[in-house]
Amino acid sequence: MKCLFVREYQLANRVGGGALIGVLFFLAVVTIFPFGVGPDMILLSRIGAAILWIGALLATLLGLDRLFQADREDGSLELLVMSGRSLELVVLIKCAAHWAATGLPLVLATPVLSLFVGLDFQSIVLVTLTLLVGAPALTLVGAVGAGVTVSMRRGGVLLSILVIPLAIPILIFGVSAATAGAIDSNNFLVPFLFLCALTLFGLVVGPLAAAAALRVSGD
Amino acid sequence: MTLYDLANPTRFLKLVKVLLPWLIVATVAALAVGLYFAFFVAPEDYQQGQTVRIMFVHVPAAQLALMCYAMMALSSIGSLVWKHPLADVSAKASAPIGAAFTFLALFSGAIWGKPMWGTFWVWDARLTSFLVLFIMYLGIIALWKAIEDPIKAAKVNAIITLVGVINVVIIKFSVEWWNTLHQPPSIIRADGPAIHSSILIPLGLMALAFVLLFVTLHLMSMRNEIMRRRIRAMRMRAASVAPAASSSTVTKAAPAGAR
Repeated sequence: MKCLFVREYQLANRVGGGALIGVLFFLAVVTIFPFGVGPDMILLSRIGAAILWIGALLATLLGLDRLFQADREDGSLELLVMSGRSLELVVLIKCAAHWAATGLPLVLATPVLSLFVGLDFQSIVLVTLTLLVGAPALTLVGAVGAGVTVSMRRGGVLLSILVIPLAIPILIFGVSAATAGAIDSNNFLVPFLFLCALTLFGLVVGPLAAAAALRVSGD
Repeated sequence: MTLYDLANPTRFLKLVKVLLPWLIVATVAALAVGLYFAFFVAPEDYQQGQTVRIMFVHVPAAQLALMCYAMMALSSIGSLVWKHPLADVSAKASAPIGAAFTFLALFSGAIWGKPMWGTFWVWDARLTSFLVLFIMYLGIIALWKAIEDPIKAAKVNAIITLVGVINVVIIKFSVEWWNTLHQPPSIIRADGPAIHSSILIPLGLMALAFVLLFVTLHLMSMRNEIMRRRIRAMRMRAASVAPAASSSTVTKAAPAGAR
C-alpha cells in the first residue's frame, strides 16, 4: 500500500509537469480576475477568498481525468482491480497520492497568491486553512467523476460538468468559512465544521462510489 | 402482479399498451380541469394580481423536477441492487423529463420574478440549487449519451445519480436553511397549509395533473427506450450474422469513395 502511494505520487509528479502545472494554472486563474473585475484592491480583497477557492477548484479539476485513465490505458488498473485487495482502499490511496501531488502544492501556494488579491494576515490564514481541509473533499468528489468517466476517450469535459455541481456545497462552506472569519469571527466555526464534515463524508462516499464505477468499467 | 413480473419487457409493453390510453385521457382531463380552475375560478391575489396564476404551473413543475430525480435515484438503486432490467430504462427515461420540468420551473420562475421581485434572476438559495439540479440533469443525460453499451452506462449513471442525491436534499431544505428571497414552504407544513383553500384546491388539481403527465410521459419514454434497445439488438445481430456480405460491400465501396 505504501509502495502504491509512492508510485502514484511519483507518477503524478512526473507526468506533464506534475504539481507545478496545477500551481501555474492556479496562478493564471487568480491573475485573470483583476483583469476581469478591475484592479480595485478593496473589491479584490472582499472577493479574494472566493477567487482563491474557485482557482483551487478549477486547478483540482484540471488533473483529475488522469487519476484513473493513465492506469487504464497501460493496463495497470486491471491489475489493481484483480489484485484481490480492497479496491476502495486502492482508490483512497490513489486519491491521497493525487492530493499530495497536486492539492497540497495548491494549498502551499495559497498564501503567496493571497497577497495578489490583497488579503490581510488573518484572511490568509483562514483561506489556507479552509483549503487545507476542503481540497481533499474536492479530490474525493472528483474521484467519483474520474471513475465514472474513465472508459471515455475524452472524458475530461464531461467529468468537470458532473463534478462541479457536486462540488458546490464544498465551495459554499469553504468560502463562507474563509470570508466569515475576516468579517465576524463568530461565524467561522459553523461553516468550517460543515466543511470538515463534507471532507469526512467524501472520505466514505468517494472511494466507495469510485471503486464501484471502476468495477463497472472493468467488465 | 409484482415488480418482478414487469422484468419481462414484453409483458411491460403489453401493460403500457393497456394503460396508456386511459392515462392520456386522465391527464388531459386533469389538465383541463386544473387549468380552468387556475385561470378562471381561483381569485386574483390582493398583492400580486394576475401574475399569481404563474404559480399553478411553476409549483407543480418544481415538484416534478424533484420527483423525477427521486424516480431516477430509486431506479438507480433498482438497477444496482436488484439489476432489474427495467430500472435502467426507467432511470434513463426520467432524466430528460426531469430536465424539462426543471427548465419549466426555472423559466416560469423567471417570468414570475420579473414583476414580483423586479428581476429575472437572483442568486437565491432555492433558485441556485435548482440551476444546479438542471446542470446535473444535463450532465447525466450527456453521460448516458457518452457510453455506448447501455448496461455499462446504466451502472455508471446509477452511481453518479446516487452521489447526486445529496444535492436534492439541499434543494428541498434550502429555503429553510438560508432565509433569502424565495418564500419558505407553505403547503406541506407541520401546522397545516398556509394558503387559502380557494388557491390550494386549484393548485392541488394542477399538481395531480402534472403527476399524471409525468407518469404518462415516463411510460411513453420507457416504451420508446425499450424499442430503441430492441432495434439496437436487432442491428447488432444483423451485423454479426452477415459480416462477410457487409465487408465485401465495404471493400467494393471503398475505392469508389477514395476516388
